[in-house]
Amino acid sequence: MENVNKILLTMRHINKNFPGVVALSEVDFTLRMGEIHALMGENGAGKSTLIKVLTGVEEFETGEIKLDGYDHAIVNRSPQEAQGKGISTVYQEVNLCPNLTVAENLFIGREPKKFGMIDWKTMNQKSNEILKNLNISIDVTVALENYSLAMQQMIAIARAIDMSAKVLILDEPTSSLDDGEVEKLFVLMKKLKSQGIGIIFVTHFLEQVYEVCDRITVLRNGCLVGEYEVEKLPRVQLVAKMMGKDFDDLASIKKDNLEAEKKSGTLVIDAKHLGATGTIKPFDLQIHEGEVIGLTGLLGSGRSELARVIYAADKADSGELFVRGKKAVINAPIDAMKAGMGYLPENRKEEGIIADLSVRENIMIALQAKKGMFHRLSVKEQEEFTDKYIELLQIKTADREVPIKQLSGGNQQKVILARWLLTNPEFLILDEPTRGIDVGTKTEIQKLVVKLAKEGMSIMFISSEIEEMIRTCNKMAVLRDGCKVGELSESELNQDSIMRAIAGGEADE
Amino acid sequence: MNNTLKKITGYRLFLPLVCLALVLLVNVIKTPNFFAISIQNGVFYGYIVDVINRASELVILAVGMTLVVAASGGTDISVGAVSAVAGAVAIFIIGGGEASTDFYHAPYILGFFAALLAGTLCGAWNGFLVAKMKIQPMVATLILFTAGRGIAQLITGGNILYMRVDSFKQLGGFIQGVPLPTPVFVAIFVVLITLFILKKTALGLYIQTVGINAKAARLVGLNSVLIQFLTYTFCGICAGIAGMIITSRVYSIDANNAGLNMELDAILAVALGGNSLGGGKFSLIGSVIGAITIQALTTTLYAMKVSADQLPVYKAIVVIIIVSLQSPELKRMLRNAKLQLQNGQQGKKVA
Repeated sequence: MENVNKILLTMRHINKNFPGVVALSEVDFTLRMGEIHALMGENGAGKSTLIKVLTGVEEFETGEIKLDGYDHAIVNRSPQEAQGKGISTVYQEVNLCPNLTVAENLFIGREPKKFGMIDWKTMNQKSNEILKNLNISIDVTVALENYSLAMQQMIAIARAIDMSAKVLILDEPTSSLDDGEVEKLFVLMKKLKSQGIGIIFVTHFLEQVYEVCDRITVLRNGCLVGEYEVEKLPRVQLVAKMMGKDFDDLASIKKDNLEAEKKSGTLVIDAKHLGATGTIKPFDLQIHEGEVIGLTGLLGSGRSELARVIYAADKADSGELFVRGKKAVINAPIDAMKAGMGYLPENRKEEGIIADLSVRENIMIALQAKKGMFHRLSVKEQEEFTDKYIELLQIKTADREVPIKQLSGGNQQKVILARWLLTNPEFLILDEPTRGIDVGTKTEIQKLVVKLAKEGMSIMFISSEIEEMIRTCNKMAVLRDGCKVGELSESELNQDSIMRAIAGGEADE
Repeated sequence: MNNTLKKITGYRLFLPLVCLALVLLVNVIKTPNFFAISIQNGVFYGYIVDVINRASELVILAVGMTLVVAASGGTDISVGAVSAVAGAVAIFIIGGGEASTDFYHAPYILGFFAALLAGTLCGAWNGFLVAKMKIQPMVATLILFTAGRGIAQLITGGNILYMRVDSFKQLGGFIQGVPLPTPVFVAIFVVLITLFILKKTALGLYIQTVGINAKAARLVGLNSVLIQFLTYTFCGICAGIAGMIITSRVYSIDANNAGLNMELDAILAVALGGNSLGGGKFSLIGSVIGAITIQALTTTLYAMKVSADQLPVYKAIVVIIIVSLQSPELKRMLRNAKLQLQNGQQGKKVA
């Protein structure tokens, strides 16, 4: 295959800014003919932005894009324009018309015509040919909605390929597919690859990358980390590159001063086969008094989902939960609160703050909800509590009556922490409490976590920053692909072992 | 000086009050006797008494509507029809279903509570659809908006039923020896009770929390379904009370016309009161001021001899002005214009 190393697409020095944020900085990307190229990175790394810039959804400030067949740099102003040049995208959600037939979907907007009318016969015939080429055999005259999501996705791919067959971008196509369906999709991808199409595969499933991809480009915080050949990049190094730690340096970092013998308090939370279909597979988990347990794993691994199931933010559909040895019936967050839990959600803006309400009201709301409608906290109590926590957590606000939305991210987070501390929980779940807040506040929150645990509170700590977790946690649960795959005890808590655990698979070699 | 001014203009109810004042101000110029109050037969008479009297039903409806809007970010467009249902139930029970009667077939109090119950049930139905079934408030309440009058017709057998008993007229008129019309007292009572509930329980905080961020509300342990359900039910009760006043005023029930179009005025009252129709923070007093403003506007136009058919046009014009005065977009435009003016002046100085 002479074509194998022919370069199809190059993006050079791409820069893109959003107001206040650098989304892409001097990013390079190269796609060769007949390769499947994984684009990887954690949340906010710039994967989606790079794709959007390439397909004309977003404009970019500087840099150039070159495409095989064009001797000058190209700029796409719309996805249609990109498609015209041979760059097609298939998204996680299929953008086709479920009520039309497969053939109609394949030819929508470019139907073969005869005397000004749609030539149905030719259309169906051609559709059959297209799908046959891809080893898909289905009835093309049936409405699309009758087929599985995976099949719909393949039909979307078939359409994209038939329209313009050079560069195919698959943006997290496997997120909603089951294992068998993923397998079918991979067969199709390999087939397209053999036809010389270059495929950009955006995903965060490590297994899948190692199964089908030839090369990997890793982005982090809008910058290019590097381009690697799959065989030459062990999984654990890939994780290190995505998370921003150079693996070789990590081995030398020693674990410092954590009181080793803190465990073995009474059992507070005991989850047995707790799980929710589609989000987190059944897991067992035990949390003791005064323990800080960290949940680690890549984005989409089920970290938050595990926490949400315990708190009943998402309803569990299997297993049982015991709180202090007693079986707890928890159908809604209020039940979890009454059982002594608190939950600081990952998404502060959408699930945490009540934007228009004051700092005072935001702090009081959880305790007030727990006490019930008819036991209103007096104004005096409210003001006392609020002032106490404003001082204790050093919340920077002009006044306790200022709407929370006017506070900085870090201070908003402190208000939500105060909200939960006020309910005096035995078990507090903190999902990314330090995301998007300034360094000073981060350290304060970490210190607070350690202090609360010393006082006997059990804490579940979720963070993408491994260092932060090592500093605060006594043990860790590792998640991969929606499944709890193991636990690390205190002595095992170091970057090396954590990354190996996250990467899984070949990590033991 | 500047600070005090800012404090006053920043006060939540500032704009609604200004609007009311503006409407009243027009009368000072155009209808000088607008504020004159005279005593005839031991009761107060005058345009201004008429305004607060006629505004009573609207105030009551606006109270219920405010809570519905705050908790669900939607409106209950069935309140007018529900008033008719409540009125029909009341007169059917105490009038024994006769087209015209001059004595009670059943105790008045029974009819009154039956009307409240009818309103409660209608409100609960709306609440069930919106809170539990997650149907859009406008669509959910559209059902009773149309079917409500049908139900009322069914109860009255398609006739206008009269209740020619003096004591029946008291709720919508005067009680012997009291110089102010009864509806005013009922409205004040409803407002005070509601304020009391909001003040003494945490319901007000719950409603706002659910209205602003339902997801966060659930995570802090609130039952947003129950809270929304309660607001719609309460709105139904308010509609029931309003329905009783409306029927008492005309000592009859006309299923087709009782409370007609009042839902729109009630929604408008909430908006005029400076409340966001998107839900969240609310001011009950604001809505009350809004309701009085609307009635003042209507009475003003009558006093200026605008005919009833042309009334809606003038009303619409004034409403457009009032609503745009309160819109944040206009505030932004004004601020920008001011900034540009300042920049322009600075530019000149530099030149």
